[in-house]
Amino acid sequence: MIMKLRKQIDQLKKPFAKGSKLERFAPAVNAFDTFLFVPNHTTKKGAHIRDAVDLKRTMVTVIIALIPALIYGIYNTGYQYFIQTGETFTFLDAFLHGSFKILPMIAVSYGVGLAIEFAFAVYRGHEVNEGYLVTGLLIPMIMPVDIPLWMVGLSVAFAVLIAKEAFGGTGMNILNPALTARAFAFFAYPTYMSGNKVWVSEASTVDGVSGETILGTLASGIPVDYTMFEMFSGAIPGSIAETSTLWVLVGAAILIFTGVGSWRIMLGGVLGAAGMGFLFNLWGANALMQFDWLNHMIVGGFAFGIVFMATDPVSAAQTQRGKWIYGVLVGILCILIRIFNPAYPEGVMLAILLMNVFAPTIDHYVVQANVSRRLKRKQSTNFQTA
Amino acid sequence: MSTDIKTRRGLTLNLKGAASNVFKAAPSSSKFAIKPTDFHGVFPKLVCKEGDKVKAGQPLFYSKYQDSIQFVSPVSGTLTAVKRGAKRKVLELSLTADEKQQSVKHKLPSLEKITSDEVKSLLLSSGNWPFIKQRPYDLVADPNAQPKAIFISAYATAPLAARLDVVLEGQQDAFQTGINMLAKLVPCVHLSIGAEEETLLAQTENCIIHRVKGPHPVGNVGVQIHHVDPINAGEVAWVVGAEDVANIGRFFQIGKFDASRTLAVAGHPVSTPCYFKTMIGAALLPLLKDVGVENTATLRVINGDVLSGTETSADSYVGYYNNTLSVLPEGNRYRMFGWLPFVGPKLHSMSNTSLSWLFPKRVYSPDTNLNGEERALVVTGEMERVFPMDIFPMQLLKACMANDIEKMEQLGIYEVAPEDFALIDYTSSSKIEAQAIIREALDLMYKEVG
Repeated sequence: MIMKLRKQIDQLKKPFAKGSKLERFAPAVNAFDTFLFVPNHTTKKGAHIRDAVDLKRTMVTVIIALIPALIYGIYNTGYQYFIQTGETFTFLDAFLHGSFKILPMIAVSYGVGLAIEFAFAVYRGHEVNEGYLVTGLLIPMIMPVDIPLWMVGLSVAFAVLIAKEAFGGTGMNILNPALTARAFAFFAYPTYMSGNKVWVSEASTVDGVSGETILGTLASGIPVDYTMFEMFSGAIPGSIAETSTLWVLVGAAILIFTGVGSWRIMLGGVLGAAGMGFLFNLWGANALMQFDWLNHMIVGGFAFGIVFMATDPVSAAQTQRGKWIYGVLVGILCILIRIFNPAYPEGVMLAILLMNVFAPTIDHYVVQANVSRRLKRKQSTNFQTA
Repeated sequence: MSTDIKTRRGLTLNLKGAASNVFKAAPSSSKFAIKPTDFHGVFPKLVCKEGDKVKAGQPLFYSKYQDSIQFVSPVSGTLTAVKRGAKRKVLELSLTADEKQQSVKHKLPSLEKITSDEVKSLLLSSGNWPFIKQRPYDLVADPNAQPKAIFISAYATAPLAARLDVVLEGQQDAFQTGINMLAKLVPCVHLSIGAEEETLLAQTENCIIHRVKGPHPVGNVGVQIHHVDPINAGEVAWVVGAEDVANIGRFFQIGKFDASRTLAVAGHPVSTPCYFKTMIGAALLPLLKDVGVENTATLRVINGDVLSGTETSADSYVGYYNNTLSVLPEGNRYRMFGWLPFVGPKLHSMSNTSLSWLFPKRVYSPDTNLNGEERALVVTGEMERVFPMDIFPMQLLKACMANDIEKMEQLGIYEVAPEDFALIDYTSSSKIEAQAIIREALDLMYKEVG
């Protein structure tokens, strides 16, 4: 059965073989083939045996880690809608309502993003990299639920073209592509990305349905009336999949356990934000500053950002010491932006993007320490022999 | 000051088919060959032609750019063929051995009073010099260099590699003579042995002994140099293989070039993996037949260990430097949905996206499948886990790919050899060819800096 399927695929791939007419399009076909089968490539140079891990497995692990938060996000979309309209509903109703909203966004994100990825792979003659599988799922997960689909598509196109391919493709980008997509939408269409009409499904069309995010409420000086458990479990308005700290933590556990996400960055971020939040609690000049440091961890996109965005290995710091510094600074900056710039209540996005830009600098200084250690060693031996 | 070397980072792979401590005499064969490609960077100038009769120890070729370095025949016989490749590059010098072996005899001065210059000129004229390699660049040593030390690793940690304490069993006397002679050339000789191995090598004199403990690649001499006395820009260290020291020692005992070699034939397609007493350049096919390897078409034969060895064919010959001959099945097969996490428990992975961490004692039988495709560098931190040196491996590799000489120098290119990056090849989720990148970078550095 499997052999038969394999034979048929090989038959289908014949026109794309080297020297054939459609050779140029081979990367596009291979991308599908490698999803069915790990190819029969053998080692040519270097080590003759190889570890079972590959980039596809790494990326799929991230997707698995995202799924709990995504499922909760879909449910929460329906939940936020139905508690406002007052209809009675079951889990399934809420889930279906959410699916109806969110699955098209995911389809658009993957459709647009993968089309660009495939086009560049064919144009540049390299295989399609798996990185977009994660990016393409992340983008809808961090958008407000009522954002028009064409905006999702446009943000995706901007992110993939400008943030990734312009820098050379997967592995070369400076900024996290998913956050770039969100930042693009945030600055290009601010009315669709903030206020009290976007966070709850149908809020702009159905009267009486509205909802402001907690950070938005705080920024306008109104105290929040959600319990800590609601904030932690995620039964609050917000971007689709970032509301539930609980399910984000499940994802974090998967990432840390499999070693795919850096626990150094995550822990650094939490320490940085907690420390900063605690200092502001002591100061306590306004509602935002008085907002408990522990609550800062569980509202807004902080948890989601620190677990899934800050740990993107390409745009984060790459040295171990650098990861600590990077993580702590993301945490500190996130709270600083939240408190001092109420116009952009969602500080974590901007904090991570800013630190993405500084990550190479952090690494530079960490590596430079190693370089000067080597230089010093040379000088000391010269001194001894002289 | 403690002279021990202990590392934590690295990976020791348990593979099926390690050689048992059984020595076999190699089946006799008259076919031999020397491959100039074993000596990276050497441009061979032949001194004999097809059909010439040679004695054991008689030069076959010398290095064009360092003409004092001679490469000699391991046996006496007839040079039957010179195999050439693209651009007439010499690939192989085939020899048919005579029934009765004759050797070139060198006149030796008294070993008690021998001077460093005499040792050096004898090593060069007898064909023993290529046993000495140099760091940086991992090439045959330059006889005019002033090395700060000679390093000898008698502890192999690579998967399936021959145990060097086993290889040197019964050769301690020659080994000691070899050390004594090498000690004349440099201020200091360092010998590393396994911390947990009971070996007579611990009684070797005239050298500093380091007891080594840790996962692979701690047995690599490069890692040991890094921890004992790292190479700074402008410095040179020499390295000699453990059994090569004994070969040098025997030359100084009897005055004849000694090409004997202990070879572990290992790998899970081998039915009775064991050690052979054979010779450098001996034909592999009779050895493989003797340990029950049939149908070599679907197998890969490797001169060296499975991580850093050189692919060769079953009808090829024993390499110049290796004590291990590894045999693996070719992995020319498809694996449906093999990229899913936690599938394929029979495949080893260092990453926790596989379940193999649950079975630390499991013995694996890998093949040569790449288990994926080459991709851009994405994951960070995985190289550092298997690289026990104070060097940033990924940053160094990137500098090498960019041919940035200044940066390579700053990041420690002089301290590494391709074999130190073998585990990075193995564990990389982007399936990069780190050893090839480092080799090219070292060649570039040698050309530009010297």
